[in-house]
Amino acid sequence: MAKSWKMPKWFYQLGSPRWFYDISGRLLPWFSVAAGVLLIAGAVWGLAFAPADYQQGNSFRIIYIHVPSAVLAQSCYMLMAVAGAINLIWKMKVADMIATCCAPIGISLAILALATGAIWGKPTWGAWWVWDARLTSMLILLFLFIGVYALHSAIEDEVTAGKAAAVLSLVGLVNIPIIKYSVEWWNTLHQASTFKVTEKPTMPPEMYLPLILMVVGFYCFFAVTLMMRTRAEVLRREKRAGWVRELVEAN
Amino acid sequence: MYFSSFAELVAMEGHGPYVWTCYAIALTVILFNLISPILKRRHFFTVQGRILRRERQQKQQQQL
Amino acid sequence: MTKEAVVQGGEPQESSAELSLSRVFLIALRRDLLLAYRRRSDLVNPLVFFIMVATLFPLGVSPEPVFLSEVAAGVVWVAALLATLLSMDSLFRSDFDDGTLEQLLVSPQPMALLVVAKVCSHWLISGFPLTVLAPLLGVMLFLPSEGMTALVLSLLLGTPTLSLIGAIGAGLTVGLRKGGVLITVLVMPLYIPVLIFGTGAVQAAVAGLPIGGYLAILGAILALGFVLAPLAIAAALRISVSN
Repeated sequence: MAKSWKMPKWFYQLGSPRWFYDISGRLLPWFSVAAGVLLIAGAVWGLAFAPADYQQGNSFRIIYIHVPSAVLAQSCYMLMAVAGAINLIWKMKVADMIATCCAPIGISLAILALATGAIWGKPTWGAWWVWDARLTSMLILLFLFIGVYALHSAIEDEVTAGKAAAVLSLVGLVNIPIIKYSVEWWNTLHQASTFKVTEKPTMPPEMYLPLILMVVGFYCFFAVTLMMRTRAEVLRREKRAGWVRELVEAN
Repeated sequence: MYFSSFAELVAMEGHGPYVWTCYAIALTVILFNLISPILKRRHFFTVQGRILRRERQQKQQQQL
Repeated sequence: MTKEAVVQGGEPQESSAELSLSRVFLIALRRDLLLAYRRRSDLVNPLVFFIMVATLFPLGVSPEPVFLSEVAAGVVWVAALLATLLSMDSLFRSDFDDGTLEQLLVSPQPMALLVVAKVCSHWLISGFPLTVLAPLLGVMLFLPSEGMTALVLSLLLGTPTLSLIGAIGAGLTVGLRKGGVLITVLVMPLYIPVLIFGTGAVQAAVAGLPIGGYLAILGAILALGFVLAPLAIAAALRISVSN
């Protein structure tokens, strides 16, 4: 089942933990600044300067947190599955480390999306939780993340744990379209009126520009936190390597 | 600015608690995701530094 | 007759290169069914669990026929789901413990085929009896009679998928000592589409609507699972055994 297509040389260089550590060290400052600027600008714009929604009033401003975290949670899962697949096919350590670090980040992002979605629901629909398609799908995504994390923690050997988690995240990836379709379909059956929570294309630019800032800012933040976590993981796994020892000496 | 005063910004026409709670939770999640790897890294260097120092001492003792 | 003797007795004297795929499948299926038959008492557990869960709902919530008939479809389906999950943990465990699993992995037979045989036997001893028992539960929970056929058909198409997906979880956790609850955590999100369309079919039938579409989707999910799940299960078993 493990087919290895011949890849260009730079692809295999990606697999070197040391190379990843060096390059992430150089990228971190840039992404951190970008994340900080975008998030602060987006939040201030969205909170203070964007107009309130006609129907929902000021609670609409929660969109600037809810939508980016939901988008990021989904992207995080996809990255986790792809990194896991790369680990399974080409047995790259760095891919395994990235996949491992995606799980806890994804869990926190999914919880953020769910919490903000639920809090948004109270002034909008009068209830702390509604079984609408998007929230339910996000809840299932959270379960998928927790499953991958739990499986990884349960297996003692790191390499085996990474491979098992990769298989599970791939199975989940295949299922995600099916789950989304079935939940949306289920929702249309059981909801008397469909509340469209977010992003009508008719949002004026004063409303969706800060949203774009926040989404890009969240992506930068995700890159920052993933790189930081993976760097810590690289150090931990490669602690016997010479270059790591030199780093320890320097500190 | 959309609001005419800072007090109005906080109150947000009654929706204030909801909006500000969400942003507070977001800030907590962001900070957690930034602090957790930093702590791991610091812990790693502390522990490894200790181990390295001990190995060096043992080597010196063996040479003596 | 020990397990080893069953395996030897099942394998023909000709070389394995002459074994056709269907022959391999039948031999593996026969072995698993025979082993299950030896532990007949274990087979009853999921069925008893199934009935018990369906009994808990009237006791815990309300025995009103009006209420129960509304929830009957969902309750039977959820009970079938949980009963299947309960029986998944032991799917590969005994083979793992005595080393048969490793032998199967290194044998020249394609692992995916052996896995299909294993899941088939599992469905025959758990999912299929559940499907047969379902009308009884439907009656206990006041499911309208229009929904009975849909209940049986949806379970008939759905429980094999549940066995296939559950086997992925079983394969991933077979090396762990306490894999039972973990399988539930891993597999439950993947069960949700089957649950939605299974109960949807029954509820549509009760409302007098056609169920062909639901059964078609359940069939499609089963077909997809039948093709892809054995590959995932084989990969999972390989990873678990290599540990």
